[in-house]
Amino acid sequence: MDVSALLLSRIQFAFTVSFHIIFPAFTVGLAAWLTFLEALRLATGRPLYRRLFDFWLHIFAIAFGLGVVTGIVMAFQFGTNWSELSLRTGPVQGPLLGYESFTAFALEASFFGVMMFGRRRVPTWFYLFACAMVTLGTSLSSFWIMVNNSWMQWPVGYEMDANGIFVPTDWFAIIFSPVVWVRFPHMVLAAYVTTAFCVAATGAWYLIEKRLHAEGVEMIRMGLGLAAVLVPLQILFGHLTGDYVHDRQPAKFAAIEGRWENEKPAAEVLFAIPDEATEANRYAISIPYLGSVIGSMSLTSEEVGLKSFPPDQRPPVAIPFFAFRIMVGCGLVMLALAWFGTWTTHRRLLPQRRWLIWCIFLSFPLGLIATLTGWFTAEVGRQPWAVYGVLRTAEAATPSLTAREVGVSLVIFALIYGTIAVAGIAYVHRLLRRGPEPDPQTMDPQLNPKRPLGLAAGGPAASSNPAE
Amino acid sequence: MPIDLAFIWAAIIAFGVLAYVVMDGFDLGVGILFPLFPDKKDRDVMMNSVAPVWDGNETWLVLGGGGLLAVFPLAYATILPALYMPLIAMLLGLIFRGVAFEYRWRTKRWERVWDVAFAGGSIVAGFCQGIALGALVQGIPVVDRAYAGGWWDWLTPFSIATGLALLIGYTLLGSTWLVMKTEGELARRARHLAQRLAFLTVIAMGVFSLWTPWLRPLYLDRWFGFPTAMFSVIVPLLVLGSLYLIVKGLKSGKDVQPFLASLGLFILGYAGIGISFYPYIVPTSLTIWDAAAPPESLSFLLVGALVLVPIILAYTGYAYWVFRGKVRHEDGYH
Repeated sequence: MDVSALLLSRIQFAFTVSFHIIFPAFTVGLAAWLTFLEALRLATGRPLYRRLFDFWLHIFAIAFGLGVVTGIVMAFQFGTNWSELSLRTGPVQGPLLGYESFTAFALEASFFGVMMFGRRRVPTWFYLFACAMVTLGTSLSSFWIMVNNSWMQWPVGYEMDANGIFVPTDWFAIIFSPVVWVRFPHMVLAAYVTTAFCVAATGAWYLIEKRLHAEGVEMIRMGLGLAAVLVPLQILFGHLTGDYVHDRQPAKFAAIEGRWENEKPAAEVLFAIPDEATEANRYAISIPYLGSVIGSMSLTSEEVGLKSFPPDQRPPVAIPFFAFRIMVGCGLVMLALAWFGTWTTHRRLLPQRRWLIWCIFLSFPLGLIATLTGWFTAEVGRQPWAVYGVLRTAEAATPSLTAREVGVSLVIFALIYGTIAVAGIAYVHRLLRRGPEPDPQTMDPQLNPKRPLGLAAGGPAASSNPAE
Repeated sequence: MPIDLAFIWAAIIAFGVLAYVVMDGFDLGVGILFPLFPDKKDRDVMMNSVAPVWDGNETWLVLGGGGLLAVFPLAYATILPALYMPLIAMLLGLIFRGVAFEYRWRTKRWERVWDVAFAGGSIVAGFCQGIALGALVQGIPVVDRAYAGGWWDWLTPFSIATGLALLIGYTLLGSTWLVMKTEGELARRARHLAQRLAFLTVIAMGVFSLWTPWLRPLYLDRWFGFPTAMFSVIVPLLVLGSLYLIVKGLKSGKDVQPFLASLGLFILGYAGIGISFYPYIVPTSLTIWDAAAPPESLSFLLVGALVLVPIILAYTGYAYWVFRGKVRHEDGYH
């Protein structure tokens, strides 16, 4: 395998997996939300929940379909482009992916059919059950993927045989690796938060356009309310994930921190332009002591710099460094929006604060950006290793591939993914613009067009008690 | 005698791939038949007849592919690079037809475009699967645990022929599925098509069977040597029996029988291929024991397979049961 074929294979994998993760990140959360809506409707009998459900089900269907077809690609790319990885780590990673197939794929796909087409064919309780099974399937899928990826980040429970094959010796250690149990919640929370902001932003869109008030308010209330609880939790799990990186992947941690020298106590670089050629940061803005506090919860600890590692064991610095900062930035903005937005909604002040409605509307991509940049941090930061510290990415690729072959497939992937993305965005946009079916009986005072946003708090209790 | 985990897994993977071939086979077949049914209403019904189940059908591809990585990593790491181009083309075909299920209903102006994507994607996917099968049967060279052939090795007259043969077979599955699931003029046309496709499929199987033994001495020996030659006698008889059941079912209006008998044809063809190259998994380079993962991997996943595959079959069966009966135009959620 020549160098350019390796690079092209890496670009192809990064491109296809980044494209893919967008859809699971969205559907994991949306499936849970749809189940919740269906349960709420059964419990309260409010038709609003049914309209919201029917509306989001269409969006879910598109995202789910894209997730399935782009996911099948991933199942084959390990073999086509990373055959050495497959051969050597297949005995560990293969069964984990096998369990993903057994527990998740068939479950979500079969019940997805019922969810989409079967409402009139199954009992009410079974329909709710089908929604729950789709949710369970999408979550289980994330679980096995996180077990798999966490093993690549921190390989445990194996022995290497004479042929360089990773032979699993302790499945319990692999599945219950502490790394899994901070990264899996981190991913699921990312999916939920992503969905929450997309839902809230859609609601804000309707409020900006002064239509679909009840639906819009409910979407903002539910989306931001959920985010208000989950974003802080997500920041906690992000911190725990950082702890494992600090302890087990010090080179990645140093790259994220933009720290070149060992420092005691260490400063925290807020912003800089890391320069690998001179092994230093340009235009750095740092806060003394904070690096030690973040790394080790101490004012005096020594923190490791990149120069402690030979250059061929360092990740590329710029991508993890910037990706991490973008992720954290998105997270903080989401926290502010979720808390302030929820408080404002609760106080029924949302109609007066149109700037806030606009901010909520514009927040729709924040969750997705944070999810993607988080993955860039994790995966690029793991380089130059495919399996951290044991198997180099360069040794993992398919030996027989040439740059021309991968170049051709990469161009075709880019064209086709571009086409389906453009069409998908256009159709989702069209669905969102149309919005939920309007309420057939406009008896609900919330829907009085002369008093838009009159009940920003929404909810059945508020509907008989106008805001003024 | 110790349990032969590699053998058990070969059986499970073989079952998974067969399940994929027949299940996605009929929904790919429906897509391949799209050009023959230009009417929009017919196409709506055709698509709705497979819409609730195609997702589940395709998961068997991941089960087969992912399962191969888990239990025969060496086969996975040599077959996939050898078939790089047809497999990538197949995946892209599956993407196009997969998104068409959703996109087609979202637009009036571009509906025809997604019709073409659905049909084209189905044709490319089916054809490439056949090519992959042909390329596997003709053999894949392996040296030092890596694919040792060239970039174009998969492209031969034989693999093109298997590609076409599989396309024909898929259209038979698709048309008999339509016979079973639709009514009226659409069903009548499907019945008409199915009859011709049944004969074409049997001819294709015949060509494949006459061609295969001459590819490798192993196959020749299997086909004409004792005891496997018994199958060379029995299988053609069973194939003709299935053909009879298809034609008779079509004539007598038993709408389920042609589909089931077509499945029978596929199972017979599949068994014939299996008999030809067992115990090789990469003919004629690697046997199932050469390619098998360590026992720690095989046994760990086997526990899951024994518990979960029956559950999967149960709820998959239930999902089919929910959507039993004829599909009408107003069905579907769109």
